[in-house]
Amino acid sequence: MLNIVVCIKQVPDTNEVRLDPKTGTLIREGVPSIMNPDDKAGLEAALRIKDELGACVRVVSMGPAQADAVLREALAMGADEAYLISDRAFGGADTWATSSTIAAAVSKLPYDIVFTGRQAIDGDTAQVGPQMAEHLGIPNVSYAEEIRVVGDSLIVKRQFENSYQVVRVKMPCLVTALTELNRPRYMTPGGIFSAYREKQVTVWARADVPVDDSNIGLKGSPTRVKESFPKALKGKGEVVTLDAEAEADYLVSKLREKFVI
Amino acid sequence: MNQFSEYKGVYVFVQQVEGVIAPVSFELIGKARELAKDLGTGVSAVLCGYNVAGLADELGECGADTVVLVDDPALESYMTEPYAHAMHSVIEFFKPEVVLYGATTIGRDLAPRVSARVHTGLTADCTKLEIDKETGRLLMTRPAFGGNLMATIVCPDFRPQMATVRPGVMQRAERVSGRRARVLPFGVKFEKNDRYVEILDVIKKMNESVDISQADILVSGGRGMGSKENFQMLYDLADALGGRVSASRAAVDAGWVDKELQVGQTGKTVRPKLYIAVGISGAIQHLAGMEESDLIIAINRDETAPIFNIADYGVVGDLNKVVPMLTEKIRAAKAES
Repeated sequence: MLNIVVCIKQVPDTNEVRLDPKTGTLIREGVPSIMNPDDKAGLEAALRIKDELGACVRVVSMGPAQADAVLREALAMGADEAYLISDRAFGGADTWATSSTIAAAVSKLPYDIVFTGRQAIDGDTAQVGPQMAEHLGIPNVSYAEEIRVVGDSLIVKRQFENSYQVVRVKMPCLVTALTELNRPRYMTPGGIFSAYREKQVTVWARADVPVDDSNIGLKGSPTRVKESFPKALKGKGEVVTLDAEAEADYLVSKLREKFVI
Repeated sequence: MNQFSEYKGVYVFVQQVEGVIAPVSFELIGKARELAKDLGTGVSAVLCGYNVAGLADELGECGADTVVLVDDPALESYMTEPYAHAMHSVIEFFKPEVVLYGATTIGRDLAPRVSARVHTGLTADCTKLEIDKETGRLLMTRPAFGGNLMATIVCPDFRPQMATVRPGVMQRAERVSGRRARVLPFGVKFEKNDRYVEILDVIKKMNESVDISQADILVSGGRGMGSKENFQMLYDLADALGGRVSASRAAVDAGWVDKELQVGQTGKTVRPKLYIAVGISGAIQHLAGMEESDLIIAINRDETAPIFNIADYGVVGDLNKVVPMLTEKIRAAKAES
Protein backbone atom coordinates (compact mmCIF):
# COMPACT_ATOMS: atom_id res chain seq x y z
CA MET A 1 0.00 0.00 0.00
CA LEU A 2 1.19 3.48 -0.79
CA ASN A 3 2.15 5.90 1.92
CA ILE A 4 1.33 9.50 1.17
CA VAL A 5 2.23 12.56 3.23
CA VAL A 6 0.37 15.81 2.57
CA CYS A 7 1.72 19.08 3.97
CA ILE A 8 -0.94 21.64 4.74
CA LYS A 9 -0.84 25.16 6.13
CA GLN A 10 -3.45 27.14 7.96
CA VAL A 11 -3.64 30.62 6.44
CA PRO A 12 -5.73 33.73 6.95
CA ASP A 13 -8.19 34.08 4.10
CA THR A 14 -6.36 36.95 2.41
CA ASN A 15 -9.41 37.67 0.30
CA GLU A 16 -10.98 38.84 3.55
CA VAL A 17 -8.08 40.97 4.75
CA ARG A 18 -8.88 44.67 4.57
CA LEU A 19 -6.84 47.80 5.10
CA ASP A 20 -7.80 50.45 7.56
CA PRO A 21 -8.36 53.38 5.20
CA LYS A 22 -7.09 55.89 7.81
CA THR A 23 -3.97 54.20 9.14
CA GLY A 24 -3.18 51.97 6.17
CA THR A 25 -2.64 49.03 8.51
CA LEU A 26 -4.09 45.56 8.25
CA ILE A 27 -7.36 44.77 9.92
CA ARG A 28 -6.80 41.21 11.06
CA GLU A 29 -9.67 40.84 13.50
CA GLY A 30 -12.41 38.59 12.31
CA VAL A 31 -10.40 37.27 9.36
CA PRO A 32 -11.22 33.57 9.07
CA SER A 33 -8.48 30.94 8.91
CA ILE A 34 -8.68 28.37 6.13
CA MET A 35 -6.74 25.44 4.73
CA ASN A 36 -4.43 26.87 2.08
CA PRO A 37 -6.17 26.23 -1.29
CA ASP A 38 -3.19 24.71 -3.15
CA ASP A 39 -2.56 22.40 -0.17
CA LYS A 40 -6.17 21.31 -0.24
CA ALA A 41 -5.71 20.34 -3.89
CA GLY A 42 -2.71 18.25 -2.82
CA LEU A 43 -4.83 16.57 -0.15
CA GLU A 44 -7.60 15.85 -2.65
CA ALA A 45 -5.06 14.35 -5.06
CA ALA A 46 -3.80 12.09 -2.26
CA LEU A 47 -7.34 11.04 -1.32
CA ARG A 48 -8.14 10.18 -4.94
CA ILE A 49 -5.10 7.94 -5.10
CA LYS A 50 -6.30 6.36 -1.86
CA ASP A 51 -9.80 5.83 -3.33
CA GLU A 52 -8.39 4.23 -6.45
CA LEU A 53 -5.43 2.22 -5.26
CA GLY A 54 -5.57 2.24 -1.50
CA ALA A 55 -3.13 4.35 0.48
CA CYS A 56 -2.44 5.63 3.96
CA VAL A 57 -2.72 9.41 3.86
CA ARG A 58 -0.94 11.32 6.62
CA VAL A 59 -1.29 15.07 6.93
CA VAL A 60 1.37 17.27 8.48
CA SER A 61 1.18 20.91 9.44
CA MET A 62 3.52 23.30 11.19
CA GLY A 63 2.05 26.13 13.17
CA PRO A 64 0.47 27.20 16.45
CA ALA A 65 -2.03 25.05 18.35
CA GLN A 66 -4.93 26.53 16.37
CA ALA A 67 -3.65 24.77 13.25
CA ASP A 68 -5.30 21.70 14.78
CA ALA A 69 -8.45 22.89 12.98
CA VAL A 70 -7.07 22.36 9.45
CA LEU A 71 -5.71 18.95 10.42
CA ARG A 72 -9.16 17.94 11.74
CA GLU A 73 -10.66 19.20 8.50
CA ALA A 74 -8.22 17.00 6.57
CA LEU A 75 -9.15 14.01 8.75
CA ALA A 76 -12.83 14.74 8.13
CA MET A 77 -12.15 14.74 4.38
CA GLY A 78 -10.62 11.29 4.66
CA ALA A 79 -6.99 11.54 5.80
CA ASP A 80 -5.90 8.72 8.10
CA GLU A 81 -3.43 10.34 10.49
CA ALA A 82 -2.51 13.90 11.42
CA TYR A 83 0.63 15.46 12.85
CA LEU A 84 1.06 19.00 14.13
CA ILE A 85 4.61 20.32 14.40
CA SER A 86 4.26 22.94 17.06
CA ASP A 87 6.83 24.54 19.31
CA ARG A 88 8.01 28.07 19.99
CA ALA A 89 11.48 26.94 18.97
CA PHE A 90 10.20 26.63 15.39
CA GLY A 91 8.72 30.15 15.33
CA GLY A 92 9.97 32.98 13.14
CA ALA A 93 11.24 30.57 10.49
CA ASP A 94 11.77 31.66 6.89
CA THR A 95 11.19 29.21 4.04
CA TRP A 96 14.63 27.63 4.46
CA ALA A 97 14.16 26.84 8.16
CA THR A 98 10.50 25.92 7.65
CA SER A 99 11.37 23.42 4.93
CA SER A 100 14.21 21.94 6.94
CA THR A 101 11.91 21.48 9.96
CA ILE A 102 9.00 19.94 8.06
CA ALA A 103 11.36 17.73 6.03
CA ALA A 104 12.88 16.40 9.25
CA ALA A 105 9.42 15.66 10.63
CA VAL A 106 8.30 13.98 7.40
CA SER A 107 11.43 11.82 7.44
CA LYS A 108 10.00 10.11 10.54
CA LEU A 109 7.03 8.88 8.50
CA PRO A 110 6.97 6.31 5.71
CA TYR A 111 6.32 8.01 2.36
CA ASP A 112 6.17 7.22 -1.34
CA ILE A 113 4.67 10.57 -2.29
CA VAL A 114 4.85 13.91 -0.49
CA PHE A 115 2.34 16.55 -1.57
CA THR A 116 2.66 20.23 -0.85
CA GLY A 117 0.69 23.08 -2.34
CA ARG A 118 2.50 25.20 -4.89
CA GLN A 119 2.29 28.22 -2.61
CA ALA A 120 0.47 29.61 0.41
CA ILE A 121 -1.81 32.59 -0.10
CA ASP A 122 -0.33 34.49 2.84
CA GLY A 123 3.29 34.20 1.73
CA ASP A 124 3.13 33.37 -1.97
CA THR A 125 6.74 32.20 -2.09
CA ALA A 126 6.25 28.71 -3.59
CA GLN A 127 9.60 27.82 -2.02
CA VAL A 128 8.88 25.37 0.78
CA GLY A 129 7.93 22.43 -1.49
CA PRO A 130 11.09 22.33 -3.64
CA GLN A 131 13.26 23.15 -0.61
CA MET A 132 11.75 20.24 1.32
CA ALA A 133 12.46 17.89 -1.58
CA GLU A 134 16.08 19.00 -1.54
CA HIS A 135 16.34 18.41 2.23
CA LEU A 136 14.78 14.96 1.78
CA GLY A 137 17.03 14.18 -1.20
CA ILE A 138 14.10 13.25 -3.45
CA PRO A 139 12.97 14.62 -6.83
CA ASN A 140 10.25 17.23 -6.98
CA VAL A 141 7.78 18.09 -9.70
CA SER A 142 6.24 21.54 -9.31
CA TYR A 143 3.02 22.94 -10.73
CA ALA A 144 1.26 19.60 -11.12
CA GLU A 145 -2.04 19.64 -13.01
CA GLU A 146 -2.56 15.88 -13.43
CA ILE A 147 -1.15 12.91 -11.56
CA ARG A 148 -1.28 9.17 -12.17
CA VAL A 149 0.45 6.36 -10.32
CA VAL A 150 2.09 3.89 -12.73
CA GLY A 151 4.13 1.12 -11.13
CA ASP A 152 6.94 2.58 -9.07
CA SER A 153 6.53 6.02 -10.63
CA LEU A 154 4.19 8.96 -11.02
CA ILE A 155 3.23 10.39 -14.38
CA VAL A 156 2.73 14.11 -13.82
CA LYS A 157 1.50 16.80 -16.17
CA ARG A 158 3.57 19.82 -15.20
CA GLN A 159 2.46 23.33 -16.07
CA PHE A 160 4.69 25.97 -17.69
CA GLU A 161 3.64 29.38 -19.01
CA ASN A 162 3.14 28.25 -22.62
CA SER A 163 3.34 24.49 -22.46
CA TYR A 164 3.10 21.36 -20.37
CA GLN A 165 5.64 18.64 -19.76
CA VAL A 166 4.48 15.13 -19.07
CA VAL A 167 7.15 13.59 -16.87
CA ARG A 168 7.76 10.25 -15.24
CA VAL A 169 9.23 10.58 -11.77
CA LYS A 170 10.28 7.69 -9.59
CA MET A 171 8.85 7.40 -6.09
CA PRO A 172 9.62 8.54 -3.47
CA CYS A 173 9.05 12.04 -4.79
CA LEU A 174 7.49 15.36 -3.92
CA VAL A 175 4.78 17.02 -5.98
CA THR A 176 3.56 20.60 -5.59
CA ALA A 177 -0.12 20.87 -6.39
CA LEU A 178 -2.11 23.58 -8.13
CA THR A 179 -5.75 24.34 -7.41
CA GLU A 180 -6.34 23.48 -11.09
CA LEU A 181 -5.53 19.86 -10.21
CA ASN A 182 -9.01 19.05 -8.91
CA ARG A 183 -12.04 20.17 -6.96
CA PRO A 184 -11.57 19.14 -3.33
CA ARG A 185 -14.33 17.09 -1.73
CA TYR A 186 -16.35 18.31 1.21
CA MET A 187 -16.11 16.92 4.71
CA THR A 188 -18.81 14.35 5.42
CA PRO A 189 -20.84 14.36 8.65
CA GLY A 190 -19.41 10.92 9.48
CA GLY A 191 -15.95 12.23 8.68
CA ILE A 192 -16.36 15.22 10.97
CA PHE A 193 -17.60 12.97 13.77
CA SER A 194 -14.66 10.66 13.38
CA ALA A 195 -12.15 13.54 13.05
CA TYR A 196 -13.15 14.95 16.40
CA ARG A 197 -14.21 11.84 18.29
CA GLU A 198 -12.12 8.95 17.02
CA LYS A 199 -8.98 10.21 15.33
CA GLN A 200 -6.06 11.93 17.01
CA VAL A 201 -3.81 14.79 16.07
CA THR A 202 -0.30 13.90 17.20
CA VAL A 203 1.61 16.96 18.35
CA TRP A 204 5.35 16.98 17.72
CA ALA A 205 7.34 19.43 19.81
CA ARG A 206 11.00 20.42 19.43
CA ALA A 207 12.36 17.17 20.85
CA ASP A 208 10.23 15.07 18.49
CA VAL A 209 11.74 16.50 15.31
CA PRO A 210 15.21 15.26 14.37
CA VAL A 211 16.71 18.52 13.13
CA ASP A 212 19.71 20.57 14.18
CA ASP A 213 19.17 23.72 16.25
CA SER A 214 21.01 25.74 13.64
CA ASN A 215 18.39 24.85 11.03
CA ILE A 216 15.16 25.85 12.77
CA GLY A 217 13.25 28.92 13.79
CA LEU A 218 14.45 32.48 13.50
CA LYS A 219 18.04 31.51 14.30
CA GLY A 220 18.10 28.95 11.51
CA SER A 221 16.68 31.35 8.95
CA PRO A 222 19.13 32.78 6.40
CA THR A 223 16.75 35.64 5.63
CA ARG A 224 15.52 38.30 8.04
CA VAL A 225 12.74 40.83 7.79
CA LYS A 226 14.52 44.16 8.08
CA GLU A 227 11.31 46.13 8.11
CA SER A 228 7.73 45.88 7.01
CA PHE A 229 5.42 48.69 6.15
CA PRO A 230 1.99 49.25 4.66
CA LYS A 231 2.16 49.80 0.97
CA ALA A 232 2.28 53.46 0.04
CA LEU A 233 -0.96 54.17 -1.70
CA LYS A 234 -0.76 56.11 -4.88
CA GLY A 235 -2.54 59.45 -4.65
CA LYS A 236 -6.11 59.39 -5.78
CA GLY A 237 -6.60 60.75 -9.26
CA GLU A 238 -9.55 62.47 -10.86
CA VAL A 239 -12.93 60.77 -10.99
CA VAL A 240 -15.82 62.23 -12.95
CA THR A 241 -19.47 61.35 -13.41
CA LEU A 242 -20.93 62.68 -16.65
CA ASP A 243 -23.14 61.28 -19.37
CA ALA A 244 -21.60 58.51 -21.42
CA GLU A 245 -20.61 60.61 -24.40
CA ALA A 246 -19.02 63.32 -22.25
CA GLU A 247 -17.12 60.65 -20.35
CA ALA A 248 -15.78 59.20 -23.59
CA ASP A 249 -14.73 62.71 -24.67
CA TYR A 250 -13.10 63.29 -21.30
CA LEU A 251 -11.03 60.10 -21.61
CA VAL A 252 -10.05 60.88 -25.19
CA SER A 253 -8.81 64.32 -24.10
CA LYS A 254 -6.75 62.72 -21.31
CA LEU A 255 -5.26 60.16 -23.70
CA ARG A 256 -4.34 63.05 -26.00
CA GLU A 257 -2.70 64.98 -23.15
CA LYS A 258 -0.64 61.92 -22.33
CA PHE A 259 0.24 61.40 -26.00
CA VAL A 260 -1.31 57.94 -26.10
CA ILE A 261 -3.29 59.01 -29.17
CA MET B 1 37.38 42.91 5.69
CA ASN B 2 34.08 41.16 6.05
CA GLN B 3 33.71 37.40 6.02
CA PHE B 4 32.24 37.44 2.53
CA SER B 5 34.96 39.32 0.69
CA GLU B 6 35.53 36.37 -1.65
CA TYR B 7 31.92 36.58 -2.89
CA LYS B 8 31.80 38.91 -5.87
CA GLY B 9 29.58 39.78 -8.77
CA VAL B 10 25.89 39.96 -9.57
CA TYR B 11 24.72 36.84 -11.41
CA VAL B 12 21.54 36.28 -13.36
CA PHE B 13 20.11 32.89 -14.23
CA VAL B 14 19.22 33.16 -17.91
CA GLN B 15 16.06 31.27 -18.72
CA GLN B 16 16.00 29.95 -22.26
CA VAL B 17 13.54 27.48 -23.72
CA GLU B 18 14.25 26.06 -27.16
CA GLY B 19 16.89 28.71 -27.75
CA VAL B 20 14.68 31.68 -26.91
CA ILE B 21 15.64 33.76 -23.89
CA ALA B 22 12.75 34.74 -21.61
CA PRO B 23 12.18 38.53 -21.50
CA VAL B 24 12.48 38.49 -17.69
CA SER B 25 16.14 37.48 -18.01
CA PHE B 26 16.92 40.73 -19.85
CA GLU B 27 14.94 42.67 -17.26
CA LEU B 28 17.04 41.08 -14.50
CA ILE B 29 20.27 41.92 -16.33
CA GLY B 30 19.05 45.53 -16.47
CA LYS B 31 18.52 45.56 -12.69
CA ALA B 32 21.77 43.64 -12.11
CA ARG B 33 23.68 46.44 -13.87
CA GLU B 34 22.39 48.97 -11.34
CA LEU B 35 23.24 46.71 -8.41
CA ALA B 36 26.67 45.89 -9.81
CA LYS B 37 27.42 49.58 -10.25
CA ASP B 38 26.63 50.23 -6.58
CA LEU B 39 28.78 47.28 -5.56
CA GLY B 40 31.61 48.16 -7.90
CA THR B 41 31.42 44.82 -9.64
CA GLY B 42 30.21 43.23 -12.88
CA VAL B 43 27.20 41.37 -14.23
CA SER B 44 27.41 37.72 -15.17
CA ALA B 45 24.70 35.91 -17.07
CA VAL B 46 24.53 32.17 -16.40
CA LEU B 47 23.38 30.53 -19.59
CA CYS B 48 22.36 26.88 -19.25
CA GLY B 49 21.20 24.70 -22.14
CA TYR B 50 22.38 22.61 -25.05
CA ASN B 51 23.81 24.25 -28.19
CA VAL B 52 23.00 27.69 -26.82
CA ALA B 53 26.40 29.42 -27.18
CA GLY B 54 24.90 31.56 -29.95
CA LEU B 55 22.76 33.39 -27.39
CA ALA B 56 25.77 34.93 -25.66
CA ASP B 57 25.96 37.87 -28.10
CA GLU B 58 22.44 38.98 -27.28
CA LEU B 59 23.21 38.81 -23.55
CA GLY B 60 26.30 40.97 -24.05
CA GLU B 61 24.38 43.58 -26.00
CA CYS B 62 21.72 43.67 -23.30
CA GLY B 63 24.19 44.35 -20.49
CA ALA B 64 26.02 41.22 -19.34
CA ASP B 65 29.78 41.68 -18.85
CA THR B 66 30.38 37.95 -18.65
CA VAL B 67 28.42 34.95 -19.84
CA VAL B 68 29.01 31.74 -17.89
CA LEU B 69 28.05 29.08 -20.37
CA VAL B 70 27.01 25.64 -19.17
CA ASP B 71 26.32 23.75 -22.39
CA ASP B 72 25.42 20.10 -22.05
CA PRO B 73 22.92 17.60 -23.51
CA ALA B 74 21.61 17.07 -19.96
CA LEU B 75 20.30 20.66 -20.09
CA GLU B 76 18.45 20.42 -23.38
CA SER B 77 15.00 20.69 -21.77
CA TYR B 78 14.31 22.16 -18.36
CA MET B 79 14.40 19.61 -15.58
CA THR B 80 14.83 20.50 -11.93
CA GLU B 81 17.75 18.26 -11.05
CA PRO B 82 20.31 18.90 -13.80
CA TYR B 83 19.56 22.64 -13.76
CA ALA B 84 19.88 22.76 -9.95
CA HIS B 85 23.14 20.87 -10.25
CA ALA B 86 24.42 23.30 -12.89
CA MET B 87 23.54 26.38 -10.81
CA HIS B 88 24.92 24.82 -7.65
CA SER B 89 28.21 24.08 -9.43
CA VAL B 90 28.42 27.63 -10.81
CA ILE B 91 27.75 29.11 -7.37
CA GLU B 92 30.32 26.88 -5.66
CA PHE B 93 32.98 27.79 -8.19
CA PHE B 94 32.38 31.48 -8.91
CA LYS B 95 31.04 32.52 -5.48
CA PRO B 96 28.62 35.24 -6.56
CA GLU B 97 27.53 37.91 -4.13
CA VAL B 98 24.01 38.08 -5.60
CA VAL B 99 22.04 35.67 -7.82
CA LEU B 100 18.75 36.67 -9.45
CA TYR B 101 16.13 34.42 -11.06
CA GLY B 102 12.91 35.20 -12.92
CA ALA B 103 9.85 34.27 -10.86
CA THR B 104 8.55 32.06 -13.66
CA THR B 105 7.33 28.49 -13.37
CA ILE B 106 10.95 27.50 -14.03
CA GLY B 107 12.63 30.04 -11.72
CA ARG B 108 10.24 29.32 -8.87
CA ASP B 109 11.08 25.63 -9.14
CA LEU B 110 14.82 25.98 -9.61
CA ALA B 111 15.74 28.77 -7.19
CA PRO B 112 14.35 27.17 -3.99
CA ARG B 113 15.98 23.86 -4.85
CA VAL B 114 19.31 25.67 -5.33
CA SER B 115 18.90 27.70 -2.13
CA ALA B 116 18.37 24.55 -0.10
CA ARG B 117 21.40 22.88 -1.72
CA VAL B 118 23.71 25.87 -1.31
CA HIS B 119 22.30 26.68 2.12
CA THR B 120 21.47 30.31 1.58
CA GLY B 121 18.38 32.49 1.74
CA LEU B 122 15.96 33.16 -1.08
CA THR B 123 13.41 35.94 -1.30
CA ALA B 124 10.47 35.42 -3.65
CA ASP B 125 8.79 37.85 -6.03
CA CYS B 126 10.78 40.96 -5.16
CA THR B 127 9.39 44.21 -6.49
CA LYS B 128 12.38 46.31 -5.47
CA LEU B 129 16.06 45.46 -5.17
CA GLU B 130 18.71 47.88 -3.97
CA ILE B 131 22.05 47.92 -2.20
CA ASP B 132 22.20 49.19 1.37
CA LYS B 133 24.77 51.98 1.20
CA GLU B 134 26.09 51.30 4.72
CA THR B 135 26.33 47.52 4.77
CA GLY B 136 26.54 46.71 1.06
CA ARG B 137 23.76 44.17 1.62
CA LEU B 138 21.04 43.49 -0.89
CA LEU B 139 17.72 44.91 0.28
CA MET B 140 14.92 42.79 -1.15
CA THR B 141 11.42 44.23 -0.92
CA ARG B 142 8.38 42.13 -1.63
CA PRO B 143 4.65 42.23 -1.03
CA ALA B 144 3.29 40.10 1.80
CA PHE B 145 -0.24 39.22 2.84
CA GLY B 146 -1.55 39.23 -0.69
CA GLY B 147 -0.09 42.64 -1.37
CA ASN B 148 -1.42 44.32 1.77
CA LEU B 149 1.98 44.84 3.30
CA MET B 150 5.51 45.33 2.00
CA ALA B 151 8.49 43.68 3.67
CA THR B 152 12.18 44.38 3.15
CA ILE B 153 14.24 41.22 3.54
CA VAL B 154 17.99 40.82 4.02
CA CYS B 155 20.24 37.79 4.03
CA PRO B 156 23.02 38.86 6.40
CA ASP B 157 24.94 35.67 7.18
CA PHE B 158 24.85 33.59 4.01
CA ARG B 159 26.00 34.05 0.42
CA PRO B 160 25.00 34.39 -2.29
CA GLN B 161 22.01 36.62 -1.59
CA MET B 162 19.30 35.25 -3.87
CA ALA B 163 15.99 36.63 -5.09
CA THR B 164 13.32 35.93 -7.67
CA VAL B 165 11.59 38.74 -9.54
CA ARG B 166 8.39 38.50 -11.51
CA PRO B 167 8.40 39.24 -15.23
CA GLY B 168 7.48 42.82 -16.04
CA VAL B 169 8.68 44.32 -12.76
CA MET B 170 12.21 45.46 -13.62
CA GLN B 171 13.24 47.35 -16.73
CA ARG B 172 15.74 46.06 -19.23
CA ALA B 173 18.82 48.09 -20.01
CA GLU B 174 19.11 49.73 -23.38
CA ARG B 175 20.52 47.34 -25.93
CA VAL B 176 23.94 48.41 -27.21
CA SER B 177 24.67 46.86 -30.56
CA GLY B 178 28.18 45.45 -30.75
CA ARG B 179 28.69 45.36 -26.97
CA ARG B 180 30.38 42.05 -26.22
CA ALA B 181 30.36 39.85 -23.15
CA ARG B 182 33.31 37.69 -22.22
CA VAL B 183 32.18 34.08 -22.58
CA LEU B 184 33.39 31.58 -19.99
CA PRO B 185 32.49 28.00 -20.91
CA PHE B 186 32.06 26.08 -17.67
CA GLY B 187 32.09 22.29 -17.69
CA VAL B 188 29.79 20.49 -15.28
CA LYS B 189 29.63 16.73 -14.90
CA PHE B 190 26.11 15.33 -14.99
CA GLU B 191 25.40 11.87 -13.62
CA LYS B 192 21.89 10.50 -13.72
CA ASN B 193 20.39 9.55 -10.37
CA ASP B 194 16.93 8.93 -8.89
CA ARG B 195 16.28 12.66 -8.71
CA TYR B 196 16.21 12.86 -12.52
CA VAL B 197 12.81 12.73 -14.14
CA GLU B 198 12.05 11.47 -17.61
CA ILE B 199 10.23 13.76 -20.03
CA LEU B 200 7.60 11.71 -21.86
CA ASP B 201 5.91 14.47 -23.78
CA VAL B 202 5.77 18.22 -24.26
CA ILE B 203 2.38 19.72 -25.02
CA LYS B 204 2.14 23.27 -26.37
CA LYS B 205 -0.78 25.21 -24.98
CA MET B 206 -3.49 25.90 -27.53
CA ASN B 207 -3.63 29.19 -29.43
CA GLU B 208 -0.58 31.39 -29.69
CA SER B 209 -0.72 32.78 -26.20
CA VAL B 210 -0.17 36.44 -25.55
CA ASP B 211 2.27 37.49 -22.87
CA ILE B 212 0.38 40.37 -21.28
CA SER B 213 3.36 41.31 -19.11
CA GLN B 214 5.11 42.56 -22.25
CA ALA B 215 2.24 44.71 -23.58
CA ASP B 216 2.47 48.53 -23.60
CA ILE B 217 -1.27 49.00 -23.49
CA LEU B 218 -3.74 46.74 -21.68
CA VAL B 219 -7.51 46.92 -21.68
CA SER B 220 -8.62 44.81 -18.77
CA GLY B 221 -12.08 43.51 -17.92
CA GLY B 222 -13.57 42.27 -14.68
CA ARG B 223 -16.75 40.93 -13.18
CA GLY B 224 -18.64 44.02 -14.36
CA MET B 225 -18.28 42.88 -17.97
CA GLY B 226 -21.11 40.46 -17.25
CA SER B 227 -20.45 37.98 -20.06
CA LYS B 228 -17.91 36.50 -22.41
CA GLU B 229 -19.66 38.20 -25.34
CA ASN B 230 -19.20 41.62 -23.75
CA PHE B 231 -15.44 41.16 -23.83
CA GLN B 232 -15.67 41.83 -27.57
CA MET B 233 -16.02 45.53 -26.63
CA LEU B 234 -12.64 45.34 -24.95
CA TYR B 235 -11.01 43.60 -27.91
CA ASP B 236 -12.35 46.44 -30.09
CA LEU B 237 -11.00 49.09 -27.72
CA ALA B 238 -7.64 47.33 -27.44
CA ASP B 239 -7.53 47.08 -31.21
CA ALA B 240 -8.19 50.81 -31.60
CA LEU B 241 -5.35 51.59 -29.17
CA GLY B 242 -2.94 48.96 -30.45
CA GLY B 243 -3.07 47.13 -27.12
CA ARG B 244 -3.99 43.77 -25.67
CA VAL B 245 -6.83 42.48 -23.54
CA SER B 246 -6.29 41.23 -20.00
CA ALA B 247 -8.64 40.44 -17.13
CA SER B 248 -9.20 40.20 -13.41
CA ARG B 249 -9.49 36.92 -11.59
CA ALA B 250 -13.28 37.19 -11.45
CA ALA B 251 -13.50 37.24 -15.25
CA VAL B 252 -11.13 34.29 -15.51
CA ASP B 253 -13.00 32.30 -12.87
CA ALA B 254 -16.25 33.00 -14.72
CA GLY B 255 -14.69 31.36 -17.77
CA TRP B 256 -14.94 34.50 -19.95
CA VAL B 257 -11.21 34.65 -20.74
CA ASP B 258 -8.18 32.41 -20.54
CA LYS B 259 -6.12 32.22 -17.35
CA GLU B 260 -3.07 33.42 -19.32
CA LEU B 261 -4.68 36.86 -19.42
CA GLN B 262 -5.14 37.19 -15.66
CA VAL B 263 -3.56 40.17 -13.91
CA GLY B 264 -2.94 40.07 -10.17
CA GLN B 265 -1.53 38.14 -7.28
CA THR B 266 -2.34 34.73 -8.72
CA GLY B 267 -1.99 35.95 -12.28
CA LYS B 268 0.64 38.14 -13.88
CA THR B 269 2.28 41.38 -12.84
CA VAL B 270 2.04 44.05 -15.50
CA ARG B 271 3.35 47.59 -15.79
CA PRO B 272 2.15 48.87 -19.15
CA LYS B 273 2.25 52.50 -20.24
CA LEU B 274 -1.55 52.50 -20.15
CA TYR B 275 -3.91 50.24 -18.18
CA ILE B 276 -7.64 50.63 -18.67
CA ALA B 277 -9.66 48.79 -16.02
CA VAL B 278 -13.22 48.18 -17.15
CA GLY B 279 -15.75 46.76 -14.72
CA ILE B 280 -12.98 45.86 -12.27
CA SER B 281 -13.70 46.80 -8.67
CA GLY B 282 -10.03 46.62 -7.67
CA ALA B 283 -9.47 43.95 -5.01
CA ILE B 284 -6.06 44.24 -3.36
CA GLN B 285 -4.96 41.09 -5.15
CA HIS B 286 -5.70 42.71 -8.50
CA LEU B 287 -4.11 46.04 -7.64
CA ALA B 288 -0.92 44.22 -6.60
CA GLY B 289 -0.53 43.08 -10.20
CA MET B 290 -1.06 46.39 -12.03
CA GLU B 291 -0.55 49.40 -9.80
CA GLU B 292 2.88 50.17 -11.22
CA SER B 293 1.32 50.94 -14.60
CA ASP B 294 2.33 54.40 -15.86
CA LEU B 295 -1.22 55.59 -16.51
CA ILE B 296 -4.34 53.98 -15.07
CA ILE B 297 -7.86 54.65 -16.30
CA ALA B 298 -10.90 53.11 -14.64
CA ILE B 299 -14.43 52.75 -15.92
CA ASN B 300 -16.88 51.46 -13.33
CA ARG B 301 -20.50 51.79 -12.35
CA ASP B 302 -19.74 51.93 -8.64
CA GLU B 303 -18.19 55.20 -7.53
CA THR B 304 -16.93 53.58 -4.30
CA ALA B 305 -14.94 50.89 -6.15
CA PRO B 306 -11.35 50.78 -4.79
CA ILE B 307 -9.98 50.90 -8.34
CA PHE B 308 -10.75 54.64 -8.32
CA ASN B 309 -8.27 55.09 -5.45
CA ILE B 310 -5.36 54.29 -7.71
CA ALA B 311 -6.71 55.39 -11.09
CA ASP B 312 -5.25 58.56 -12.57
CA TYR B 313 -8.52 59.16 -14.36
CA GLY B 314 -11.82 57.52 -13.59
CA VAL B 315 -15.29 57.70 -15.00
CA VAL B 316 -18.36 56.48 -13.17
CA GLY B 317 -20.85 55.08 -15.60
CA ASP B 318 -22.24 52.26 -17.71
CA LEU B 319 -19.37 50.52 -19.43
CA ASN B 320 -21.75 49.19 -22.10
CA LYS B 321 -22.26 52.76 -23.26
CA VAL B 322 -18.91 54.36 -22.47
CA VAL B 323 -16.60 51.73 -23.94
CA PRO B 324 -18.05 51.55 -27.49
CA MET B 325 -18.19 55.35 -27.61
CA LEU B 326 -14.62 55.61 -26.43
CA THR B 327 -13.50 53.13 -29.08
CA GLU B 328 -15.29 55.07 -31.78
CA LYS B 329 -13.82 58.40 -30.66
CA ILE B 330 -10.29 57.00 -30.43
CA ARG B 331 -10.61 55.61 -33.96
CA ALA B 332 -11.85 59.00 -35.16
CA ALA B 333 -9.04 60.82 -33.36
CA LYS B 334 -6.44 58.52 -34.85
CA ALA B 335 -7.93 58.88 -38.33
CA GLU B 336 -7.60 62.69 -38.04
CA SER B 337 -3.97 62.72 -37.07
